[in-house]
Amino acid sequence: MQSMIEVQDLTKYYGPQLAVSRLDFQVAAGEIVGFLGPNGAGKTTTLKILAGFLAPSAGAARINGYDCVTDSLAARRSLGYVPENVAIYPDLTVTQFLRFAARAKGVAAKAETGEVDRVMAACGLEEVRGKLVGALSKGFRQRLGLAQALINQPPLLIMDEPTIGLDPSQIVEIRQLIQNLEGAHTVMLSSHILPEVSQLCHRVIIINRGQIVASDTPENLSRQLGQGARVLMTVAGPADQVTAAIAAVSGVKRVLSQAEGNYLVEADNGAELRPQLARVVVERGWQLLELKSQEFTLEEVFINLVTEETTTEETTEEES
Amino acid sequence: MIQIRGWLAVVRKELTIYFSTPIFYITGFFFLLLAGYFFYTNVVYYSIVSFQAAQQASNPQVAAQLNPMQMVFRPLFAVLGIILLFMVPFITMRLMAEEKRSGTAELLFTYPLTDWAVITGKFGAALLIYLVLLAFTATYPLVLGLITRLDWGALGAGYLGLVLLGAACLALGLFASSLTENQIVGGVVAFALLLLFWIIGWVQELGAGAFGKVCQYLSLLDHYENFTKGVIDTRDLVYCLSFIYFFLFLTKRQLESRRWRA
Repeated sequence: MQSMIEVQDLTKYYGPQLAVSRLDFQVAAGEIVGFLGPNGAGKTTTLKILAGFLAPSAGAARINGYDCVTDSLAARRSLGYVPENVAIYPDLTVTQFLRFAARAKGVAAKAETGEVDRVMAACGLEEVRGKLVGALSKGFRQRLGLAQALINQPPLLIMDEPTIGLDPSQIVEIRQLIQNLEGAHTVMLSSHILPEVSQLCHRVIIINRGQIVASDTPENLSRQLGQGARVLMTVAGPADQVTAAIAAVSGVKRVLSQAEGNYLVEADNGAELRPQLARVVVERGWQLLELKSQEFTLEEVFINLVTEETTTEETTEEES
Repeated sequence: MIQIRGWLAVVRKELTIYFSTPIFYITGFFFLLLAGYFFYTNVVYYSIVSFQAAQQASNPQVAAQLNPMQMVFRPLFAVLGIILLFMVPFITMRLMAEEKRSGTAELLFTYPLTDWAVITGKFGAALLIYLVLLAFTATYPLVLGLITRLDWGALGAGYLGLVLLGAACLALGLFASSLTENQIVGGVVAFALLLLFWIIGWVQELGAGAFGKVCQYLSLLDHYENFTKGVIDTRDLVYCLSFIYFFLFLTKRQLESRRWRA
């Protein structure tokens, strides 16, 4: 499949400070990719480079086959960009701004009105078309940010924290809008709302301190990087004996005793523990009330990865 | 073709913003108030002197000086040049600085527009605003032309000088605005640089030799004065056009450096 985004050895320094370090990734056409990382990880910098707003210090980024620096205009024609905290001219009305965006993006004069109407309808902006941007609510401004990105139907959409600062109902609306884009556009979005990413994205790229620490589907990440499966079981029996019996089963890494006979069992290497656990409980004559496997949430994976990365680096620094 | 449309998009956007904010109306009001005041006092002074000259025995030397171009429009052009020093920073201070401060630059520079389309679009809009204000002052010679004979050629040269001087000041103001995120700083830098280019020729009067000559050549005032006399000299035209291009070019370099530095 053709790559919509190709990033090779991408590095960016702000003065002496390293913001992005030798990033390498690709996004195939039609994919919806989430870009995750803690604050200051380099997400926004990377997206700004892809959008042509910043130039990399080293390495290359290509959009739709066009280099973001040497063929910047062609690359920018292939993308719609929604910056973090979308800032739009407050003295223009919604229609005036979208018309400006259409002209700037090279929409033909005859098609301009139709294109502006199309994106307004797609983003639910008809009721505020004559309003000044400065008088819009945050939710409408975010929609306007998305609408301007959709003008001229670019094959790629880059969104930096598209739901930041919105209330829950507005978040649902924007997510719905993004979901509607599936198929027609390739989407790369950054977020730190993890359920959002696992809901919207086919693939997740996690970066920390300017480097990629993981890249896979949300499900695979939960499975592989969760370092094994987890089983939640409810047993009627003496807590200390039950805990000891479960811990003795081979492949069990850790047993966490919770209230009311609940036990959270972590497996060592993703092994399926449920048959052995059931047997042990039944053999001892205790009652097995519930037994179910539980996957790691993306949030846990993210925290594990980011914490692990930071701890490893600190240890290395101390050793050296 | 696409860049002409992009350029026009920037011009229209800037004009819409100019006309929807008070800065244009306030600046325009005071510009026309001052221009009107000086025109009126010049005309009154001219009529008094003419009246006195008519009563006295006619002196051919005095009579030669007594024409509306010398008595009304040359002093008016001189004073309009000075008003420009104060007015231009108000027109240009917002152009680049506000885009950076408010974050709209992030959208503008990710649209498929060349830096030249953005810079010349903003410059073109500011120039149009200035030309609109200047067009109002064109009513002065039109009204005066009804009651007295005017040297339209010399007047045209004076207006050409005003247009070129205004364009040069706007290019410098645009560059000053691109240096900062703060409109006020952009305005102050523009005013300081304009003042410098206005008075730099004074060094020559102190007898500074070759250095003085260079300073005099760089002075906006010296080149502008020729136009107000009704003289169109190629050297003055070249100077003004080079001045405009130089500052637009510096603005472009400033934008490019932001991309690499930021």
